[in-house]
Amino acid sequence: MTAGLRDEAGPATRSDAPAPCVSLSGVSKSFSGVEVLRGVSIDFMPGEIHGLIGENGAGKSTVGKIVGGYYSRTTGDLIVFGDTVAQWDPPLALARGVAMMHQELQLVPALSVAENVFLGIEHSRAGFLVGDEERRLAEIAAFAGFDLDPAASAGSLSIADQQKVEIMRALAREARVIVMDEPTSSLTHDEAERLHGVMRKLRDRGCTVIYVSHFLDHVLDVCDTVTVMRDGAVIRTSPTAAETKASLIAAMIGRPAADVAYPPLPPEPDRSGTPLLSVRGLATATGVRGADIDLWPGEIVGLVGLVGSGRTEIARAIFGADPSVAGKVAIAGEGYELRSPRSSIERGLAMVPEDRRKQGLVLTQTVRPNMTLPHLSAFARFGLVATARERGEARRLIDYFGVQPGHVDGAVATYSGGNQQKVVMGKWILGEPRLVILDEPSRGVDVGARRRIHEFIGETARRGAAILLISSEIEEVMGLAHRAYTVSGGRVTGAFVPAATTVDEVIWRLFHEQGVDKAGATA
Amino acid sequence: MTVSARGKEQGFGVAAALRMLQTYAVAAMILVLVVLLSLSSDSFLTVQNLINILNQNTPLAIMAAAMTLVIICGGFDLSVAAIFAVASVTAAWLALNVHPYAGLMAAPLVGMLLGFVNGMTITTLNIHSFLATLATGLVYRGIAILITGGTLLPVRLADFTWLGRGRIGVVYYAVIVLVVFAVALTILLNRSTVGRKILAVGGNEEAAILSGIRTNRIKIVAFSINGFAAGLAAAIATSRISLGQATAGTGMELEAIAAVIIGGTSIYGGQGAVWRSVAGVFMLALINNGFNILNADPFYKDLTTGLIIVAAVGISAAGRRR
Repeated sequence: MTAGLRDEAGPATRSDAPAPCVSLSGVSKSFSGVEVLRGVSIDFMPGEIHGLIGENGAGKSTVGKIVGGYYSRTTGDLIVFGDTVAQWDPPLALARGVAMMHQELQLVPALSVAENVFLGIEHSRAGFLVGDEERRLAEIAAFAGFDLDPAASAGSLSIADQQKVEIMRALAREARVIVMDEPTSSLTHDEAERLHGVMRKLRDRGCTVIYVSHFLDHVLDVCDTVTVMRDGAVIRTSPTAAETKASLIAAMIGRPAADVAYPPLPPEPDRSGTPLLSVRGLATATGVRGADIDLWPGEIVGLVGLVGSGRTEIARAIFGADPSVAGKVAIAGEGYELRSPRSSIERGLAMVPEDRRKQGLVLTQTVRPNMTLPHLSAFARFGLVATARERGEARRLIDYFGVQPGHVDGAVATYSGGNQQKVVMGKWILGEPRLVILDEPSRGVDVGARRRIHEFIGETARRGAAILLISSEIEEVMGLAHRAYTVSGGRVTGAFVPAATTVDEVIWRLFHEQGVDKAGATA
Repeated sequence: MTVSARGKEQGFGVAAALRMLQTYAVAAMILVLVVLLSLSSDSFLTVQNLINILNQNTPLAIMAAAMTLVIICGGFDLSVAAIFAVASVTAAWLALNVHPYAGLMAAPLVGMLLGFVNGMTITTLNIHSFLATLATGLVYRGIAILITGGTLLPVRLADFTWLGRGRIGVVYYAVIVLVVFAVALTILLNRSTVGRKILAVGGNEEAAILSGIRTNRIKIVAFSINGFAAGLAAAIATSRISLGQATAGTGMELEAIAAVIIGGTSIYGGQGAVWRSVAGVFMLALINNGFNILNADPFYKDLTTGLIIVAAVGISAAGRRR
């Protein structure tokens, strides 16, 4: 079957330019019913650096992972060096010369640089290792221009050096296509420059580099070709020389006028009194490097930033889920220092975490115990749970959110994403909190649940509670919030009023401020 | 389209069947064993034989009941046999040197203290309970030997032996203690706030932490209860054989864990029931008894038990994958 296809494809491509080394043709991908890629077709040519850009959730990383074999595709064809591949996973990909470098590096920390590079492809004689890894490494390091101690343990290296090990690992396997997923996100400006040098070298040797990145300046600087993605579809593929930062941003965000109507904004809060939440100079070991935030009762405030900007980390530090190393938090004017989830709940804080299955729900239990979990003491009588009252509360919240199925003891593990999210919302609103932190509340939910969640946000603010809303969808923040902060590199970098600006302007700021921050880091 | 739809339906069918199997397999197998053994031997279905099986296994059943909480909480406790030994020799020593009642009462308390130490070790050092209790178990066994100085402590005092040997009518005191303890743990697990928290910690520790649950405390409580149970079991067993010995209980930790798993409590935590672990103990006991009655080669006994454990773990793992 593959042979037949090759015969047909052969003459057609030979007459034109060189054949692409990897092609996606009409590829779609769904995660539990949610479509993240729609009919994507891209040709990656030999000897080019091909940038993949787009907003959060546009599908660029998904494309990279499909090429690398980490995700299967739902429909469509993947054509690698002329063969339409049916089975495709990371080992098969590597055997065909396609390697992937992840955002999270995958080295064995206890092994040396050389051992990591040749892991699984060591030379052996009669079953014993020859131990020539360091000598073989020297050739590859010389080619790439890396200067690493081959005997150093991988775990002791900086992120930038670990990436070099990953690249050498791909080179050692004679990879002809290397997918790099956000390789510069944790590099300084100089390190990123050096990585770009290596990418050019790889290209000149005939390799293809697929470069997934948020950083438009980097893409413009190093890529030959760039593909812009939006909402799971390819907008266009064009030579980088024909693009500017402005044209790329326009392509990334030029979505049709929002087809989702947002519920009316609650009345402007009174900001003359003491803020309900006041954060000054917050810093954590998880990457928050200075956050100042104020939030008044009845106010909905957004936190916008690119993935990895530190939005979630700020929220977790306020709630006490992660320890802080510096900064002050005050709730209604009262200092709140030794933060923990428990103390936060006692003070009327609630946090709907970003991953409902891993952080929000106990999937082995039903809806009712999930909803009452943070508030058990309110249902306790002599240490026993007052189940009648508990059922009543669960019933009320299920009806309020319209959870389907509406059974108080339904197996929540089998619910759809939207209904699971409603259960998590119910769990947190049960304690009638004064401050609700919502981390990606509508990610991966259907339109109906999304609408209900948006209404809930307005209703909660009208009741007098303050809302801190984190969303990767800038439109959502624009449609729901009174005010918003931009976050970049672990810092709150600015504030804006959604009503007085546009989505395009905000995205401009995000990409621009990030560039400034990166350049500033080296100064 | 139709194929995938049907596949999905079948998938749900299999999942539901696995859940049923995980819940009631142990009860069904006990029934099958009782029928089989009744048919193949006249000496099985006698009141005396059944009472003996029940009575002999009360210490292990008490330990398995409490082990259920630890496993639901996402842990393992390999030190219960050693706790049993320390409690046994402590009870015998106090019975001889202070008062028989002091010995009987001290055993569960000593057990609880050692369980508490387990919980503290696990949570403060943040190490897996499997490793922590492997180590503390060796320490406790050493303590038991230190207490006895390597000798046996016979306690032939009626005030001490009544707990293990006495009965009301045909019902042994020990069986009453087991029933009361198992019912108490069932209420604790299913109705109390602590039980809810144990289920949450085992089901999703991160969600539990974000829900304001002090998960370390809950683990300490679970291990303390487990230690208490080992001490209580030791009081009954030591009273019954009127002998305190440092080697007592060897191997009981694995039998207790096996019974919990055979009972269908998930080894991944978050799900399980106390009664099923008790039933697991009696299933193992019936197999044992059956081999004795039938005079079968004991080699097949271990083989059968092993295969049943493999099946139970397999069902548990299959249920989790879905």
